[in-house]
Amino acid sequence: MRVYADNAATTYLSKTARDKLIQCLDEFNGNPNSLHSDGQRTQEALDEARAIVAGCINAARPNEIYFTSGGSEADNQALLSAARGLKAKGKKHLITLNIEHHAILHTMRKLEGEGFEVTYLAPQSNGIVDVKDVEDAIRDDTALVSIMFANNEMGAIQPIPEIGAICKARKVLFHTDSVQAAAHLPIDVQAMNIDMLSMSGHKFHGPKGVGILYARNGIKLVNVIEGGAQERGKRAGTVNVPGIAAMAVALKEGCDNMEENMNKVRALRDRLIEGLRDIPYSQLNGDPVKRLPGNVNWSFEGVEGESLLLHLDMYGIECSSGSACTSESLDPSHVLLGMGVPIEAAHGSLRFSLDIDNTEEQIDYIIEKVHQVVELYRGMSPYWEDLLTGKREHCIPEYWNK
Amino acid sequence: MSLYTDKVMDHFEHPRNVGVIEDADGVGEVGNPVCGDIMKMYLKVEDDKIVDVKFKTFGCGSAIATSSMATELIKGKSLDEALELTNKAVVDALDGLPARKIHCSVLAEDAIKAALVDYYTRSGREMPESLVGFEPRED
Repeated sequence: MRVYADNAATTYLSKTARDKLIQCLDEFNGNPNSLHSDGQRTQEALDEARAIVAGCINAARPNEIYFTSGGSEADNQALLSAARGLKAKGKKHLITLNIEHHAILHTMRKLEGEGFEVTYLAPQSNGIVDVKDVEDAIRDDTALVSIMFANNEMGAIQPIPEIGAICKARKVLFHTDSVQAAAHLPIDVQAMNIDMLSMSGHKFHGPKGVGILYARNGIKLVNVIEGGAQERGKRAGTVNVPGIAAMAVALKEGCDNMEENMNKVRALRDRLIEGLRDIPYSQLNGDPVKRLPGNVNWSFEGVEGESLLLHLDMYGIECSSGSACTSESLDPSHVLLGMGVPIEAAHGSLRFSLDIDNTEEQIDYIIEKVHQVVELYRGMSPYWEDLLTGKREHCIPEYWNK
Repeated sequence: MSLYTDKVMDHFEHPRNVGVIEDADGVGEVGNPVCGDIMKMYLKVEDDKIVDVKFKTFGCGSAIATSSMATELIKGKSLDEALELTNKAVVDALDGLPARKIHCSVLAEDAIKAALVDYYTRSGREMPESLVGFEPRED
C-alpha cells in the first residue's frame, strides 16, 4: 500500500488546478504587460485570479493581492517592508515566535544585522503562544508582529484574531505566515485585523513556484525583486499567469469545500492519534485540539526519527521527521525544541500530514506499521535498553495524556 | 541522486550482526541521546581473533548502516586488523556517505576502538600503543 502522508511538505496538483494550468498554457500564455490582444487576454486571466484570491481571504480589494514566487518570498517581502518602511518613523523593534518557518526567522536575523531588535517569543508547551506574552512584548517602537497562523511541523493554531485585535489597538502592523493554513482553515483578513499575510500555492493543491502576499492598502511594500512595473511596481518579473491562475482555482476549491474537508481530515487525524497513544513512552506534540486538521506529530522515546521514516518508506508510507538527521544542521527541529520538547524526544519524532485523499484503511495501515517499526528499532537501541533498565531517565511519561 | 547509496540502504534494511553477546570479552559504547546516536559493540575474542561481533545502535539510517558494515569488516579478523579499521574504510565499503553523515562512520570506528580498549583492560593484556589514552571523538 502506498500512503502519502507528507502534505505539509507539498500536496499533489488537483485536477481543477491542472486543467486550469494547461488551459492557460495554451490560451493565456501572453505577457500581461503587452498591449496587444494576446497580452490583454492574459491580463484578464490575471485579474480574475487576483479577484478569486481576494475573495477567498475577504480582502477589501483585489489590488491588495500581490503574486510572488512562493511563501518564502512573501514572508521576506512582508518583513522587510514593515521594518525598512517604518525605520524612518523611529520603529526598530519586531516580534515573532521562535517556532516560525525559517523564511521568517532568517529574515529576522537579516534585519537584526540592519540594527533592528527582534523579540522571539516561545510558545507554551502545547505550541500556542500566550496572547498576553504578545501584548507584553509590544513597545512604543515596535514596527511589526509576525506570528504564523498554524505551525508546519506540529500543527498548533495560533490565536490570530486575538493577536490581530491587540496589534490594531496598539497600532502595530500584524503579519501572519499562513502557508499551512490557507485553504485548510477559515481566513478573514478584515475580521482578524491581519495587515499582511503569506500563502504558497503548492500547499493547497496548486502548482509550485507561485505564492501570494496580501498587503492591506496603505502599507508601503519594499521590493525584493527590482526591474519592472509588474504587481503595482512591487514585484518585478514577467508574471507567471498559468501558475497563478491554477493556484487561484486551487485556493478557491479548497475554500469552497473547507468545512467538509476539515471534518473528514480531522476524523482521520484523530483516528491516527487514537491509534498511536497505546505506544508507551511516546507523545503527541502540539495542542491535541487547536491543531491543523491533518497534522499528527509524534515523538517516540529511545528511537531516532530518520530510521523510522526510512523504514516506513519501505512499507510505502511517506512522512517526515524532526530529527537532526533529516535536517541540514546537527540539531533536531527548532520548532519542537522551541516549544520545550526534550531534545531526546525531538530526535525521535515523526510528522504525518494528512489530506482529503487519505482513507481510514490507510490510517490503520500507518498505525500498524508505526507500532512495528518502533518496536523493531527499540529492540536494537542501546538507549531504549538503558531506559528500560533505569540507567537513563525517561523524558516522556509512560502514557501520554493519561 | 538519492541521499544514500544502494549499499547503505542494503545494510540499513538488512543490518548484519545486530544483537548482544552475553559473555562478550569486550564492550564499547559511544555517543549519547542528546546527539541522537549511540552505538554499542560487543566482541568475542579467541586466539587474538574476533570470532564474533554484535551491535546495537540508536540512530539514523546511516548510523545503523555504518554499524553493520563496521562489524562485517572486523568479523573473523585479527585484533591487529580490527585496530586498523578507519571510518574511511567503512565509508568506502558503503560506496560513500553524504558529507553530513560522515560522523556516523567516525562513531562506528570509535565504538569498535572502545570495545577493544575494554577487551585489553579486562583481559589484562598490554594496551596497544594506538589505544592508549583513547577518547571517542563525537561525545
